[in-house]
Amino acid sequence: MTKDSSEYLIERYNNVYEVVIGLEVHAQVTSNSKLFSSSSTTFGAEPNTQVSLVDAAFPGMLPVINEYCVKQAIKTGIGLKAQINKRSVFDRKNYFYADLPQGYQISQFKFPIVGEGTVILDMENGPKEVGIERLHLEQDAGKSIHDMDPQNTLVDLNRSGVALMEIVSKPDMRTPDEVSAYVKKLRSIMRYLGTCDGNMQEGSLRADVNISVRIKGSDVLGTRCEIKNVNSIKFMQMAIDYEANRQVDLIEEGKTIDQETRLFDTKKNETRSMRSKEDAHDYRYFPDPDLLPLEVTDEFIEKLKLDIPELPDEKKKRFIDKFKVSPYEATILVSDIDTAKYFEEVVAKMGKNQDMKLAVNWITGELFAVLNNKNLEITQSPISAKNLAKLINLIKNGTISGKIAKTIFELMMDGDKDPQIIVEEKGLKQESDPKALEALIDKIINDNREKAIEYKNGKEKLFGFFVGQAMKASSGKANPQLINEILKKKL
Amino acid sequence: MSDITSLTLTDLVKSIKDKKISSEETTRAFIDRGEKSRDLNAYITEDFSNALDKAIAFDQKPNFDLKLPGIPMAVKDLFCTNGVKTTAGSKILNNFIPPYESTVTQNIWNEGAILLGKLNCDEFAMGSSNETSFFGSVQSPIDKDLVPGGSSGGSASALAANLTPITIGTDTGGSIRQPASFTGTVGLKPTYGSCSRYGIVAFASSLDQAGPMSKNVKDCALLQEIISTYDEKDSTSIDFKRNAYSKELTNNIKGKKIGIPKEYTVDGMPKEIEDLWAKGIEYAKDCGAEIVEISLPHTNYALPAYYIVAPAEASSNLARYDGVKYGFRSKGENLIDMYEKTRSEGFGEEVQRRIMIGTYVLSSGYYDAYYIKAQKVRKLIKNDFDEAYKKVDAILTPSTPSAAFKIGEKTNDPVSMYLNDIFTVPVNLAGLPAISIPAGVDAKGYPLGLQIIGKAFDEQNILNIAYAMEEKIEFKNKITDWWIK
Repeated sequence: MTKDSSEYLIERYNNVYEVVIGLEVHAQVTSNSKLFSSSSTTFGAEPNTQVSLVDAAFPGMLPVINEYCVKQAIKTGIGLKAQINKRSVFDRKNYFYADLPQGYQISQFKFPIVGEGTVILDMENGPKEVGIERLHLEQDAGKSIHDMDPQNTLVDLNRSGVALMEIVSKPDMRTPDEVSAYVKKLRSIMRYLGTCDGNMQEGSLRADVNISVRIKGSDVLGTRCEIKNVNSIKFMQMAIDYEANRQVDLIEEGKTIDQETRLFDTKKNETRSMRSKEDAHDYRYFPDPDLLPLEVTDEFIEKLKLDIPELPDEKKKRFIDKFKVSPYEATILVSDIDTAKYFEEVVAKMGKNQDMKLAVNWITGELFAVLNNKNLEITQSPISAKNLAKLINLIKNGTISGKIAKTIFELMMDGDKDPQIIVEEKGLKQESDPKALEALIDKIINDNREKAIEYKNGKEKLFGFFVGQAMKASSGKANPQLINEILKKKL
Repeated sequence: MSDITSLTLTDLVKSIKDKKISSEETTRAFIDRGEKSRDLNAYITEDFSNALDKAIAFDQKPNFDLKLPGIPMAVKDLFCTNGVKTTAGSKILNNFIPPYESTVTQNIWNEGAILLGKLNCDEFAMGSSNETSFFGSVQSPIDKDLVPGGSSGGSASALAANLTPITIGTDTGGSIRQPASFTGTVGLKPTYGSCSRYGIVAFASSLDQAGPMSKNVKDCALLQEIISTYDEKDSTSIDFKRNAYSKELTNNIKGKKIGIPKEYTVDGMPKEIEDLWAKGIEYAKDCGAEIVEISLPHTNYALPAYYIVAPAEASSNLARYDGVKYGFRSKGENLIDMYEKTRSEGFGEEVQRRIMIGTYVLSSGYYDAYYIKAQKVRKLIKNDFDEAYKKVDAILTPSTPSAAFKIGEKTNDPVSMYLNDIFTVPVNLAGLPAISIPAGVDAKGYPLGLQIIGKAFDEQNILNIAYAMEEKIEFKNKITDWWIK
């Protein structure tokens, strides 16, 4: 493997291979009820408490499309800058499994609701485009539980019929980092849109990873393998790494790669065959006769466009233009909609005398560290945007030093305290009276005559010693800028 | 009052409204006759004691504003009935009691009718003779060991034998019209989307329609008026303006143009069917209708197309009967074994045959050659009708290519059984309404029916034509009660 982080190549003897990756992401639509029934979709409910007669496929029960889910899919399509298909068709994907009550999954096969689109990844070495092939709506299956009863498999149908969006990318990714960036970007866009919460732990976002390898420079695609149902970005990266190397080894040994579906074993960190192409299910897709083709009008789509919020790419551009933050900083700030919201609130509360640099540093530095430590989302931040803005303003107007600010920040976490009040209560106001500071410095120079002489004789490093002494004498409250000025004058 | 059961629905409603008879008396009469008629095997489930309770309750607090005040009736066992076993004629649903009611039956109960029980039918409505039912063949009251037709054979038999004053069936390829024709009764297959499919055990979703079966056209119009409602729970239900069919019923069909499709003369069709058709044309003329020769050129392809589309949909619709959630389950070594045993033991031969046909025509490599081609044929057949309806208001054909046959006569020859649907199937493929009315008898005295096919949503027109012709035909069913000892 080369060191260049923008490239992910596998070298064997004289051959250099590149990896071609495409993703099928299954994103659970944020919606109170299921795709074809009115059952609730709340996660974590008691097994089989969110199941209607339709979800359990009772005789004579019929699916009725949930318009809200259709809107969510179209909004996602708009967010992916994709073609919205005014006519789409629901098909039945037929297979038998205990947690598939109908004996078929209602999905969209030939005519998906969303066609081709694009996602832009913010990679270190510049933006990278990944093509979207399609997005379609489909039902989730239930859940088979094999380890609760020694004799039987138990089935929980709470998830049966929940709406999923399957988002299929083109085989445009070449590195595990791009895959990570792609999933994060998709997640970010959908969270901005409110169409999928992107919660991978709860299974709201999972992916099938398609991988093939080829000699670098070739424009022919190799035989691909599909790794099913990987539910974390880390596992996706590990699976790609393992699978790509496995395929290269096979080619180097002169063997062929079988097109097959594989599973990633997270414990052993390896992929293994689930079923070969020959064993592949024949899903016998055909249009679901219980549902008419789904037709939407231009007006319907235009109305939804009015609901589309500013998306990460646009927000990033605005942050750069308006707030003069760097592209790198902007990428971090917009990656999560709640971070962006927090940042904008801090900016707003800072008032006229804004210091963007300070705002960005405090959010991505101190605040992120705290959230990380405490495993909190920014929406659960112990310090509100309003109070963080106040703290930044206290630094900006010289009331406190950056060092004191860190102490205050710690204190603020206890119940989102107002930093102004902490400053007053604890007497942490910065000493900025030149006369008082001069007196303090005179005393220090007097007490350290020898060092002052050494400094004058050229030992410039000692300047730092005097600054330190002054800060110590003032219990950290002295205005460091003034200390510097006065010391320079007096020494 | 022994002749209660022989009254038409309209007369029965009038007698009850006029307080000449009570709901209880009426219900008792039908129960009594039902109990004496068990040899017909028309019922799968009798709900007599509940029916009687409901009738007594009705009489205590009668509401004569309803269209079916305290009228007892039995329905095909394909309609899910809340708390009453619903089997679809299959072992696999032998123990299934739905906790919900189909929209069509709910509409009926809302008008004051009372459920007598569930009527036998071919398993999952797959059959043309009611011989595929897990609960045994149904006898036609017309003659011993004669099939009543299918799949709504129990409904036709019960109606012709006066076990119920009126009934409902379902029609996927002729399952209302063919048994109506075989038993000398009236059967209407409404326009696809007219009656909700919610709560009806599905056979082939794009073809299934519920419809009324009755002793005369007026009764048929009344029941159609009740069961046809727009239903949001069925995505294929159509919100069109529905007539008050019974109120608007008229025998004035002067000037109506009635098409006679030349393609409906098929090889080997008995002369008595041709004669019946010719007679029908004369009756229509007598009523003042104008007869127009028309062509439906793709008629020949209807049956093969139907026997691809219907089994394809059925193979998928019946996948839910897997022993996991409800219904019959056989013990198995593992999941696959349980599936195999449950479905092998739970489904009968004809159902298994159609599941296999359907699975085959949908499988990869065959899908285009069969399913897609069948859909194209379906479109052509619909176009044929569209073209014809530019020239005519309705189309007149025989309902079936022969009269009823004996039980067991065709069970070993599925293709000859399928051929029975040759005149009815194109109508389902095109989603049109059609009514079968009794019009004569064959040499053995078995009833023969004529079919009037209408434009989509034009039920009123074909009911009117049927009503006018019924007057001229003056058909009388000869039922000898041979099965009552």
